[in-house]
Amino acid sequence: MDLDALAGCLSSSACLVTQTTSGLIIGMLLFLVAVGLTLIFGVLKIVNFSHGAFYMFGAYFAMTAYQLTGSFALAMLAGAAGTAVLGLIFERVFMSRVYGADVLMQLLVCYAFVLIFDDVVRLIWGPEFRSMGMPAAFQVMPLFIAGGVVPPYYLLLIGVALVAAIVLGIGLSRSRIGKVIRAAAHNPGMVSALGINTGLIYGGVFALGGMLAGLAGALAAPVRSLTPGMGFSVLIESFIVTVIGGMGSIVGALVGALLLGLIRSFGSLGFPLFTEGLMYLFMVIVLVSKPTGLFGKEAA
Amino acid sequence: MTRTRTPGISRRSTLALMGAGAMSVAAPWVARAQAKTIKIGMPTILSGRVAQLGTSSRNAVMLEVDKVNAAGGLAGRQIEMVIRDSKGQPQEAARVARELVNTDGCEWLIDGEASSGSFAVHEVARDLGVLCVHTCSEASSLTADPKQHVPNAFRCVRQGIHDSIVGGSYAAAISKAKGLKKWATCSPDYAYGRDTTGEFTLYLKRFAPDVEIISESWPKLFQPDYTEVVTKILQAKPQALYSCLWGGDLTSYIDQANIYAMFGQMEVFAVNMADYTALTVVKNLPKGIHSGNRYIKSFPTTPENAAWGDAYKAKYNEYPTNWSWQNATAVMFLAEAAKKANSTDGKKIAEVLKGLTIKCPFGADGTVTMRGDDHTLVGYAIGWGTTIPQEPYVPEVKAGDWKTIFELEAEWKKSKGYT
Repeated sequence: MDLDALAGCLSSSACLVTQTTSGLIIGMLLFLVAVGLTLIFGVLKIVNFSHGAFYMFGAYFAMTAYQLTGSFALAMLAGAAGTAVLGLIFERVFMSRVYGADVLMQLLVCYAFVLIFDDVVRLIWGPEFRSMGMPAAFQVMPLFIAGGVVPPYYLLLIGVALVAAIVLGIGLSRSRIGKVIRAAAHNPGMVSALGINTGLIYGGVFALGGMLAGLAGALAAPVRSLTPGMGFSVLIESFIVTVIGGMGSIVGALVGALLLGLIRSFGSLGFPLFTEGLMYLFMVIVLVSKPTGLFGKEAA
Repeated sequence: MTRTRTPGISRRSTLALMGAGAMSVAAPWVARAQAKTIKIGMPTILSGRVAQLGTSSRNAVMLEVDKVNAAGGLAGRQIEMVIRDSKGQPQEAARVARELVNTDGCEWLIDGEASSGSFAVHEVARDLGVLCVHTCSEASSLTADPKQHVPNAFRCVRQGIHDSIVGGSYAAAISKAKGLKKWATCSPDYAYGRDTTGEFTLYLKRFAPDVEIISESWPKLFQPDYTEVVTKILQAKPQALYSCLWGGDLTSYIDQANIYAMFGQMEVFAVNMADYTALTVVKNLPKGIHSGNRYIKSFPTTPENAAWGDAYKAKYNEYPTNWSWQNATAVMFLAEAAKKANSTDGKKIAEVLKGLTIKCPFGADGTVTMRGDDHTLVGYAIGWGTTIPQEPYVPEVKAGDWKTIFELEAEWKKSKGYT
């Protein structure tokens, strides 16, 4: 424990800026993965254990597109669009068959695909780790804000994630399609009876969830090494986020992810040997005081 | 409740049958010892996160085995390698090693396991009495600790303690020249990371006593994001950083530290940087990272070493790894020992291997030695240098001094109670 370092940081604007942005970066990427997970659970009532694979595919798609075209924007697009298509196919062909089945069955199907997807990546891109490389436009000196260090790429990353969060939030609460999705989550039978194709809604939601995870993977690709199985550790942290924020809640995912990011960035200063433990401890505290998570709804 | 004996085969006779079966399975190599080909078993890691290293071990072994076979084999017997995946799990490595000997009839073992698995295979070698050469485990205690000693087991691998002595003295020299007193460390949080960092700082402080470690970070193994570690180190404002992160973790770390312009703010000593697996993957390799040599074809700067690196690349379309040269050296040792003994008998080979010096492209002076008293490799090329972003990646490597290594290693062994 090094509380002096933590106190020193909290009283220095430079350290505060650096660590807060560092927490936001970790949190925002985590949010993109976790929000897809929570969305799929909220609407489809499925805990998608294979969600980390979409993050992985997003990164690999982006790397390949970047190598082929040299365009960062196209790489991001490929990461997001590719995983959206993959999500749609995965849901329509496989997951749609296990709706209403035993949870264990759903879990087994998802877990099987974790292994299959990892092997697919191994077959296509090889077992060794890869690196996409930082686009030249972002290979610049970091910005200094109030003495704190902020890399420009991370500003873009936070911005993109924030836009995704706002569009998603407004889309779901204000637009017609958002209302239909929420209705389908609440009572799919009634939505279906009103002549709306719920299969399409389910596929769309799964594609959206996959796309967000893929976008996170694509955004992470320039700074994280790509390897088969890379989705797993991200998935575990995303689960912690959804448990803290409340399963099915988008605001919960955002708050949970940001809290986790900040715990990591400031925890590494004050509790260098207990940063991981701190996340779990926080999760336990939330679960004990509010078992449904910070923004979770009580079961009817 | 009463027990009744059912008619048919009794438990005792079943056990006797099983025992007889086990005996015949347990010692098949006795019967097969005179077969024309000699089978050498090799458990290594061919799947999972470090599969690349296991594959490069297999490649290097096959490169050398082909040469030995083309030259007539081992004492007239052609080598047949039986290579199996242990998935990097110690219990699986032990099981595979046992199976290779007992079921496949392998007469020798080349143990291509990382440290955790090699200790398990070591016990199998002890139990079965089969000749075994470890080719990947850098954990010093495997051969330094007399409790681990197995007469028929050898280690043909660089060693953590050797690397720490050379790294510590190299870093201390730079520290003194550039006045680097405040150091930070950032290494993976498991046995290798902790031990290697501890030994490095021990020797750094020994050679440069005014060095102070002002910040330590222990990210977990295979952590995807190091942002909080990078910013923590930036806050501490050290003059130098030591890291023994490796593979994909090291490249992630470099990419993430790069965008914080960290490499311009401190001298970075990353012992595992100068390995082609990392050098060729990092897209924006910063100039001037200090690294130990893992395998690099420009060190030792001999035509033999460069030719070996090129031959490997020509065959496998990628550069060798640190595990590659060690595995190749093991085959070279075995071939030379078989020639000297004019036999493939494991016991005779073990006797010849003790203290054997062979010509080798990876030797500091063109030769390497299998030290007799602790069955471990010495005299290999070991040094540190700084990186440049393109080939040859580490243009100049400052070689470590084996005389100093031997002195300090003996002292270290004493302090550990090994001698």
